[in-house]
Order: sequence, then C-alpha cells, then structure tokens
Amino acid sequence: MASVNFGFGISKPRVIDIDRNNLRKSDEILLEMPELQTCIGCGSCTASCTAGNLTSFNFRKVHALVRRGEYAGAYEEMNKCMLCGKCRLLCPRGINTRGVVMLIKRKLGDF
Amino acid sequence: MRRTKWEEYQKDIADDKYYYARSCIRQNFFPGSEKAFLDILRNDLGKDIFDDPLHTSCTGIGYHSDIVPFETIMTVVARQFALMHEAGYENFTSSCITSFGIYTEILNTWEEFPETEERTRENLFKATGRELVKPKSLAHTSDVIFHLRKEIAERMKRPLVNALTGEPLRVVEHIGCHYAKIFPKSGIGGSEFPYVLAGMIESWGGEVVDYPERRHCCGFGFRNYLVQANRGYSVANSQKKLESMAPYRPDFIVCNCPGCSMFLDKWQYTIAEMEGTTYGAHGHGIPVLTYEEMAGLVLGYDPWELGMQMHAVDVEPLLEKMGVEYDPSTKYLGPKGKYIGKPAAAAVNCSAGVTLYDIKK
Repeated sequence: MASVNFGFGISKPRVIDIDRNNLRKSDEILLEMPELQTCIGCGSCTASCTAGNLTSFNFRKVHALVRRGEYAGAYEEMNKCMLCGKCRLLCPRGINTRGVVMLIKRKLGDF
Repeated sequence: MRRTKWEEYQKDIADDKYYYARSCIRQNFFPGSEKAFLDILRNDLGKDIFDDPLHTSCTGIGYHSDIVPFETIMTVVARQFALMHEAGYENFTSSCITSFGIYTEILNTWEEFPETEERTRENLFKATGRELVKPKSLAHTSDVIFHLRKEIAERMKRPLVNALTGEPLRVVEHIGCHYAKIFPKSGIGGSEFPYVLAGMIESWGGEVVDYPERRHCCGFGFRNYLVQANRGYSVANSQKKLESMAPYRPDFIVCNCPGCSMFLDKWQYTIAEMEGTTYGAHGHGIPVLTYEEMAGLVLGYDPWELGMQMHAVDVEPLLEKMGVEYDPSTKYLGPKGKYIGKPAAAAVNCSAGVTLYDIKK
C-alpha cells in the first residue's frame, strides 16, 4: 500500500517495552550469574571505571539495558572494558562484575 | 482500589437553567453535537438552557499556545460570566473541555488571589463597561448529561446493546485531560477515577472497557499538533492508546473533549493511510462518538441529524450493531436536502464507501 505523505511521521516511543523484547539472552545471563539479581544499581562500578573515565563507557547502563532485552550495541560497549577489576572491589553486593563483562560479550557476540 | 472510589469526588451540578458556552472547534468537526445537546435538554428533558450569541471563544487555544497572556484570558472569561449574569442565569456550562479547564483554573486563581480578581474586574469594566458576577455553579456539558443520565435512561429508545446478540456494547471512554487532571476536585470521580462517561455508559446498558492506557492523553495538546513537524508525537500518543485498546475489541470510543474526539477519529484515518493499520473489527477503524451523539442515539435521534457523517471513521458498523434504522442515501445531504459533498475513500473504512453511498445528483 502506498503510504500518504502528510509532512510528518509517527514518532516511535523511546520507552523500553519488556513485553515485546526478546529476553532469552537476558535470562541465560541471569541463569549463569544469578547474583545479578541482587544488583541495586548504585553505580559504584561506573563511578570507579577506568575505561569510563576516558570514554563514554557506562557499565551500569549497559548492564541495565541488557537485562531489559536491549542488546543493540552492548557487545561493542563491553569491548571498551579493560578488565582492570576496580568495579569488582567496590561492588556492595560482591558481584563479579568482570565476569559479567565476559559473560555479556560471550552471550551477545552475535548481536 | 475500590471500584466506587469515584464517589468521593463529587460536585454540585445544577438541575435546570443553564447558560451555554459553545466550543470553537466542535462546530467545525462535530457540528451536530452541540445542537443535539441543546435539543436533548430543551425538547427531551424540558430544561431551560440559554445559547447566547454574544459570547466569544475563551481563547484557550491561544492561551495554551503562549499567544494569549493570562491577564487577557481572565478578562475574556470575566466577560462571559458578565454576559451570563446579564442574561439572568447563574449556572455556567461549557461545551469544551479546554474551556472548562480554563474556567476552573481562573475561578481557582481568583479564589486564591482576590487581588487578581479585582484587577480583572477593573480591566473588564474599562474594556466593556460590564460587571463581573461569578457563576453559582460551573459544569462541563458532559457533567450535565451525566447528571441527567437517569432521566435520559427513562426515555431511552435504543440501549447500548448489540441488537443481534443482546450483549452490552463494549465502550471505551476517554476523558479529556483538562477535565480533571488540572483540578481533580472539579471532575466527577477526580482524575484517577473519572466516572462521568462511564456512568452514562453503564446507565444506558453498555459495558465500559478497562484497558492499560485508559488514562493516557490522546496527544492533542495544542503545541503537539499546531506545528506540522511535531504531529508525529501527537499521532504516536493516539496510536499508543489504540494499540492498547484494540485487543479488547471495543465497539466504539466515546469522548467528552472536542480535541480527543477529533484526534482519536482522524488519527485513525492518518495511521491507516500511513501504515495501513486499522484497529476495529473486519479491518475497519473504531468509530468515535461524542457523548451527545451517544445520548442522541440512545434517545432515538437520526444519526445524520446528529452529524455522524462528519466522522473520518464510518459509524455504519456501529449503527447496524445497535439496530439503528438509517437511510444511507441521505448520509451526505444537509438539513435542507442539499448535497454537502462526500469524502474520498479511505483505508480506515476499507474503501467501502465508494459505491454504497454514492449519491446520484
């Protein structure tokens, strides 16, 4: 069907719709590292991040997006991590954040 | 939350003697609705309502577009109230939700800041020589219909029931944001449980559809559509609502706001033309009615007299469901039998109108 040009389009919403996202990879990640459920999103990882100090890399953001099924660009983002492990020392929940980086890269290599 | 929570939010609505303030845009988009309201009140219910030719626009569109300053709109509103007093009425009722929001906002402002009221009183006198007398009660016209819903139910000729199956029609109600979201106490049921349209639907035999985006804005919002480039945001809001309600298979949508009835209707046309998506049964759109049209149908009015041919989404599927007898050949004839023109075939109506309603000149 030829669409009519009205001089404007229909804006797409910017909300994350978990009902529509494919959460299979997210669930797989959670299955391997169930301790991710204890994350309180405090941002200590991002605050202490060596890579984040020099680039736009934001570990907390990428982790939150991946958990919600927003995988686009996550692998490339995680490649910015230099695996120094400072975040792991700071995490109040004792999450193996370096392990999370490796896991996300392993699971989302295809995306 | 309790289902009867709305009962805590009530307001006084006058029983008779109303001063009627028309809407600017309804007369263009739903020209039959305001006449239907006057006819229902005067002829069916025997009420006294004064349709004053002297009153003007409340300038709400200009106000919400940052063109008309607050001082000016307060003086305009004060003039409407002065006209009402001069005509010998004290119950103000406005046809438009935006106007209703404006009147509520201004009355509250005057209550909070008496010095502002005095300044407006002075401005009005200087400009027009009239004296401001505030109304005894302020109600939207949907409040009036809600108030009189039982009297209408007593005179009901066609309930909101599927004539074929005998089941209640499934109705989506949409309340304009300026009805109660600005001042929750000014609306029946407040902003979270507005009962004004649901009450009408339930009284007349229909079933109210509850769906996730029920309280979402239609996207009208003045600035969202006045600039063409912004209309994508406006249509996205209507689309969000339509996508949310479609799985519940509503028979029609009823609105109490001029902008909502216009946009939920016409954006369905736009979405169908742009993307080919329709939200009703059998590839049609979902008909959108004003509450006066719904009341008019219930009271046995002719759909073309109610102005239902002006809708972008055809209402015939609904009329057939309700068992309304209508003459398709008079759809595009005006009050004196003059041909008023016919819209081009649209995707939202599956192009069904091409041959069925062609009128031989």
